[in-house]
Parts: sequence; C-alpha cells; structure tokens
Amino acid sequence: MTNLSERENVTVDTSRAEQTEFLSFRIGESEYSVEIMAVREIRGWTRTTSLPHAPRFVRGVINLRGTVLPVVDLAMRLGLEETEPEERNVIIVVDVGTRVMGLRVDAVSDILSFTKDQLQPPPDVATSAKAPFVKALTILDDRMVRLLDLEVVLPTGDEIAA
Amino acid sequence: MSDPMQEIMASFFIECEELHEALIDALQSMADGEHDAETINVAFRAVHSIKGGAGAFGLDELVAFAHQFETVMDACRAGDLEITDDLVQLFLRCGDMLSDLIRCSRDGEEFDTAASEALIAELSTFAAEESEEEDAPEIDFQPMTLSLDDLGGDAPDAADLGSPSLPDLPPLDNLPVAPPEPEQPEAGQLLVRFKPEPELYESGNEPLYLLKSLADLGQCHITPRFDPPKSVDDLNSFGDRLAWEIRIDTEATPAAVNEIFEFATGLCHFEVVSGQSEPDVVEPSEPDAHAELSGPVPEDTPTPPPPIVAAPDPVPPKPAQKSDKPAAPAAKAATKSSPTVRVDLDRIERLVNLVGELVINQAMLSQSIAEENIPPNSPVSAGLDEFMQLTRNIQESVMMIRAQPVKSLFQRMSRIVREASAAVDKSVRLTTEGETTEIDKTAIESLADPLTHMIRNAVDHGLEPTETRIANGKPRQGEIRLAAAHRSGRVVIEVSDDGGGINRQKVLNIALAKGLVPEDANLSDSEIDQLLFLPGFSTADEVSSLSGRGVGMDVVKTQITALGGRIAIESTAGVGTKFTISLPLTLAVLDGMVVTVAGETLVVPLNAIVETLSLTENDLRHVGPGQVVLCVREKFVPVLDLGKELGYRSALAFEKDTIALLISPEEGKLVAVLVDTIEDQRQVVIKGLQESYGRVRGVAAATILGDGKIALILDASDIAASAAGVTFDATQKEAS
Repeated sequence: MTNLSERENVTVDTSRAEQTEFLSFRIGESEYSVEIMAVREIRGWTRTTSLPHAPRFVRGVINLRGTVLPVVDLAMRLGLEETEPEERNVIIVVDVGTRVMGLRVDAVSDILSFTKDQLQPPPDVATSAKAPFVKALTILDDRMVRLLDLEVVLPTGDEIAA
Repeated sequence: MSDPMQEIMASFFIECEELHEALIDALQSMADGEHDAETINVAFRAVHSIKGGAGAFGLDELVAFAHQFETVMDACRAGDLEITDDLVQLFLRCGDMLSDLIRCSRDGEEFDTAASEALIAELSTFAAEESEEEDAPEIDFQPMTLSLDDLGGDAPDAADLGSPSLPDLPPLDNLPVAPPEPEQPEAGQLLVRFKPEPELYESGNEPLYLLKSLADLGQCHITPRFDPPKSVDDLNSFGDRLAWEIRIDTEATPAAVNEIFEFATGLCHFEVVSGQSEPDVVEPSEPDAHAELSGPVPEDTPTPPPPIVAAPDPVPPKPAQKSDKPAAPAAKAATKSSPTVRVDLDRIERLVNLVGELVINQAMLSQSIAEENIPPNSPVSAGLDEFMQLTRNIQESVMMIRAQPVKSLFQRMSRIVREASAAVDKSVRLTTEGETTEIDKTAIESLADPLTHMIRNAVDHGLEPTETRIANGKPRQGEIRLAAAHRSGRVVIEVSDDGGGINRQKVLNIALAKGLVPEDANLSDSEIDQLLFLPGFSTADEVSSLSGRGVGMDVVKTQITALGGRIAIESTAGVGTKFTISLPLTLAVLDGMVVTVAGETLVVPLNAIVETLSLTENDLRHVGPGQVVLCVREKFVPVLDLGKELGYRSALAFEKDTIALLISPEEGKLVAVLVDTIEDQRQVVIKGLQESYGRVRGVAAATILGDGKIALILDASDIAASAAGVTFDATQKEAS
C-alpha cells in the first residue's frame, strides 16, 4: 500500500469558508489532486489485463477483490510523458458517479486541505487541448497544485466504443 | 424506498404475484376438472386477498374488478352457480386481466379500462343468473367507517349504519323501538342475542355484516337494545352499549348461526335459542369477563329457556372478512407450501459474488501450496482438501438459492396459449411437465421472451386449423406441451405441439425465394429445419395478429445463445414439432477453455467450440491479401487470428503448432480462431464488465483465474461476426 505516513498537516486558516480535503499525487514532476471524497482506496500496482479495442490510456482491468476494475493511466490520459508501469506505482481507486475506476499515478504525495476561495479556475491561456482535465489551480507553499476533473478524465462511452 | 407507504405497497405487489400464482394454479386445476370446494376456495381467497390489499391502497379499478370476479366465484363456492368449462375459461381470462391490473397499478401505468369493463360485464351476466336463483343477493362489499354515534341513538336507523343496501331486512324504524314483549322463539324460529364487545369494533368487524348474514338464513325480526350511559365516565367505554335481539324464521339449526359468528368469537356475547329444543347458554370465551350474559340485554328480556349449547371452537378472532360461509377448513390447506423467505435479489447477488471470490481464493491457495512442495498427506494438504470440498458445497448451495422452479414461467405461458389460441380461433390445451425443475432466476426471466415467441409460433403455425385436424383424424383440440427437466448438468426445456410438423418444401421455397440458400442447394431435412433460425424468415402465409412482427426464430435463437444455451428442432410430418432448449444450470459459472494469445490469457466458452485443431502449414490457404481460409474436411472455413482481432498483435503469426479453435456462432457456420496455446479447461465464475467499464466488442465478460489475474471471456458470435465481414464472403466465392 502507500506511504501516507509522512502526512503533514497542511491546514490553512480555518476561520474562513469550509475546508475541503484533496489527495495529491505525482505524475512525473507535476503534482495533481482529486477531491478526497471521491477516493475509495489506494493500492499498489498490479499487472493489468488489457482490453481489446480500448483507448490507449485505458491500461486494462484488474481484480479488485472480485470486481473488475478498469485502470486509466493518468500520464497517458493527460498527455504527459509515457512511462512503463513499475512496482512502486500506485492505483487510486475513485468513485465517479456510478462508476468506479482506477487511476495509475507515480506516487501519492499528500493530503491537502484548502477552501473554495483558494481555488482559481485555470487561466484561459492554459485552456489548450490538454487542459480540460484540470478544473482548478491553487498555490500551496510555492507549489502549483492542479485539481483534476474526474468526470472528464474517465473514458466516455464514445472512447470505449472506438 | 424511503417512503414507508411505498415499501408496504411494494410488498403488497409481491404478495399479489404469489396470490395470483395460487389463483391461476387453482383455476388450472379447475380447468382440468377438479371442481371440489377446496380448489374454488383457494381461488376465491386469492382474489379476495388481492381485493383487500388493493382496497387499502385505494386502487379502485383493481378493487372493482376483483370484486366482480370474487362475486361470481363466491356463487360457485356456494354452489349456486354451476362450474362449466366456459366459466372456468372466463375465470382464467379474468385471472389474466387481474394480473394486468396489478402490473399497471404497480407501475403506475394507465390501464385500458375497456377490456376490464368487458370482462366485468361478462362476469355480471353470470352474477345476474346467480342472483335470480338465490334469494339473498350478493352482499355488497364496501369499506365504510363505522359511526358509533349513530349507533348510540335512540332509534338506530338502518341508513345510519352505512351505505350498503339491506333489502332483505325490514327497515328498522318500522319495528317497535321499545323492547318487544318477552316472547319465546316459536317453532321454526331462532332467537339470537348479540351484543358486541368493544373489541369487535376495534378489530375492524362490522356487526351489520353479521346481521346481514343472519338475514340469509331467513326472515329476520331485529330488535335493537340500547343501554344508555349512566354517567359521563361511562362514555369512555366504547361501543358496548348496543345489542340486538334477532328472531329468524328459519329451519336452520343453531349451528348455522354459530358458523356466522365464528369470526366474532370472543369479541361479542351471543346466544342462540332454538324454538324446538332445550336451549343452553352459550359461553364463547372468557367466561369470567362475560359471565353476566343478561347484563347487556335489558332487564325485561324474557328469561329464556337455557339455550342450546352452541359452543364454537375457541378460534382466535380473525380479522373481518366478507364471507357468508366461513371457510374454516380452507385456511389450513392454504399454507401447504413450505415456508419461504423473501430476499432482495441484490443480497443474493452479493453472496454469489462473495462465494465466487472464495472459490478463486481457494484456487489461489491450492496453487501456492502446490508450489511449496508440501507432501500430499500433510495436515495442510488434508485441510486444504476439506476446504475445497466445503467451498464446492457452499457454491452449490448458493447457486441453489438463485434457482427457482420454472412453474411461474410455465404459468405465464399458459396465458400466452389462451390469448394466442383465442386470437387465431383454435382450441388449444397446454400441458406442462416438470414444473418444479429449478433454473437460475435470471434465466427464467430471460426465457420468457423466447418461450412466448415459440408458443405463439406453435399455436399459429405449428397447429393446423381445426378443420384440417378433424379431417386428419386428430382430436379437435390441439395440444402444446411444455416440459422441463434436468439432464446431465443442464436444464432441458421442450416445447412441442401435435400439429402438422414443419412443411419442409414450403420452408425451402421461402428460403429460396428470399435468397437465403443458393438455388442448387441440396439440403437434408434437418438442414431445412435449421433454416427457420435464419434471420428474416417467416413461414406464415399471411401476417396474422400473432406472428409476423419481424422477429422470428433467429431472435429466439440469439436469446437462447446469450444464456449459454442451445436450441434444437425436431419435426415429423403430421405428428408435430418439438423444440428443445438446453441451458446451463447456472449463469454465474461457465465452462470455458483457457487459451493464451500474445501473452494474454483468455477464456473461450466451451459451448461455442466445435473442435480444436493443431495446424500444419498446408491447412491454411491464402485467398487474397490478408485473407486466409482453413481447409477442414474439404470445406473452407474463414480464419481469424484472435491476437490480431483483439488488437494484441498486428500481424497474423503462423507457426507450425498454431492451434485453431473451430467455433460455430450459429448453426451451419464455422469460423476458425487461431490461438497460441490451450492451457486448461475449467469452470470460471463470470464477472460483468459492462457495468464497470462498458461493452467491449468481442468480449462477453471477464473472470478471475486462480492466480488472481483477470481473464476476458470471449463472445464467440461477436468475434465471428467480424470474421464474416471480409473473410466469409471471400470464402464463399472460393468455395462455389
């Protein structure tokens, strides 16, 4: 499983609006995050069974205690540099609406907590082809954290059928 | 389902289904000639319970229909109406209508009232006949609130008791309001004293109905007795101030009266005094509480000769029922089926999943124990053996939970037969066999459509018109037989008719006309029969209201195949046609061949594989660029590389020891699928892929192998369909 042990408590001023927690993780050198309420569990990398006719970013399926879990390679999905999966990679199991999917990331880094005010929509400049996956940005200790829009990250029906 | 009312409704509808099943069952045995009281009672009770429940939920249409239905049935029960075949057929149609009404009420659909009204009208003609014969008309059942204030009045008025009409009782206000002179019941009379206890009202009983029932025995002279409250405190005692004294001109014995009051036992005081014999005091129950029998009755009541003993059995008070003839023996028979528990299908599904998991886990454990080189007689191995046995037992038992008798399915089919035969005006009888055969619940649901279609076909095309039957010396009534049985690990369902058999020449002509077979084809009988399963085939000369909807036997076949089943056809001219469906016992487990392709492990359903071949270079022929066929026993079969088809590798790799699986997606078609190795043949637990990911072309589902890895289960017909795209055409050209 993962090492969330060195979890530092990044608590920002709580007197302001409601705090929301986010799970942040690394893909290559970039840091991304998802709402923690969407995260069901985090597990180590296991070899996937490829699905025929699947989009490239769908790594395949794994056995999650008896259910078949599709795994999306986030690096490939986001158009980042592709890497071969290694033992130390992590699969984040997320709930999106009625679907459950796994996201392959390099490593989980932190649990962050900030208010809605701290989130900024991505500037227009960044809204290039690769950007729609990022729903908001924030700066935390001089790092830029991207908040992913899970609905968009998951393969759509069209992509599956393709 | 947060609304409690919704939940109650839901369970009512589930109950309705069961009741309806019981009803159809009883009606069916009536149709088979069993006209005994018990059978009618069962049917009656079923309708009555449905009506009762529907009334509580304000489902007026359902109540109205059930009421009319019940009324006529009640007349049969009472022996006032003779049970004829026509009547039973009408009942069966009413049963069907009732099920429609229930379904519409459940789904909140609009109901076609015209049809139900037509049946109600038909029923009421019977009801009318019956009431001519009977002195007392049917009691009108109308839920009503009981107004106790009115009952407490000085001159209780019949109208105050509620809306139901009471034509046979003399208007109460014509009777002397003052207590009549003390009198003895004369010969041929019964004197009944009846004083309800508060509990009678509390448990929802209605004295009016008891009085009406008494009126059925003969002319009644009813005298109400009122014991006015003596103080304000007395007002608290609810409802026990009113009593009645009824004199009935009847030959009936006090026992008849006791029967009427059976439901009210323990809820009221009542005594019966017969005009002829020595009456005795009746003490229904709780003697100390009701010892003062004369209490409720005003003091000027005559001291009657001790009334006849008419001690009813100490039956526990039952909820009020509209029943002029309490059906005591019937109640016992109703519970003859074994006790059952209703469980949400989701929960069973979860259990099945968990057991599947257990099986996989156990396989993984055995694998690792085998790798440890533990001696076979060590305690670990022995323990594992036992564990394996237990797992298998658990798995079987869990699968049994999902299994259900095919009875409900067959019952639905009897309705189809009725409707279909009425539509084409043929007389058809459905006989069923092996109703208790159990198959997976999902299979039962998925079988309904194909079976409906087959039954309709049998009625419409299978059986000859009545005149032809008679001309051929067959019985007027056609017979369709539905049989289910377990046979060597599979469930076999047979649909057969005693019709004219398949007209093969006609079938062939149609197939030729539609270009489904080549002109010069020389087909055997069974090959012609198989043509029925071709898409777009219909033999009916005219499109009747029944068939000819554009779906044919090909759809039936597809549906059966989707369930992992096979369908066979057997026909003898002049004798009949028989379709045999064979299904796997459960849908959750599948027999599969584990193969590898390009490093991936896949499972091919065993029922799709016709044979396996190890190829040599000479077996494969190149037809064109990228098109290869396989020569199997002088026949050319399109070849498909599974690895390429599923996108695992790009080029068709031919090696000496390449293995080909010959699969037959549909009868008469063959496709060769190339794989690298065959690993194993085993049962696999099916895991859906659709819910978590979506439909993947060529893949039916997934499974988890002993090592915990997921393997995909191939969809043979899907794979073959892509083969048919290019290669199959090429093959046919080559072959012809």
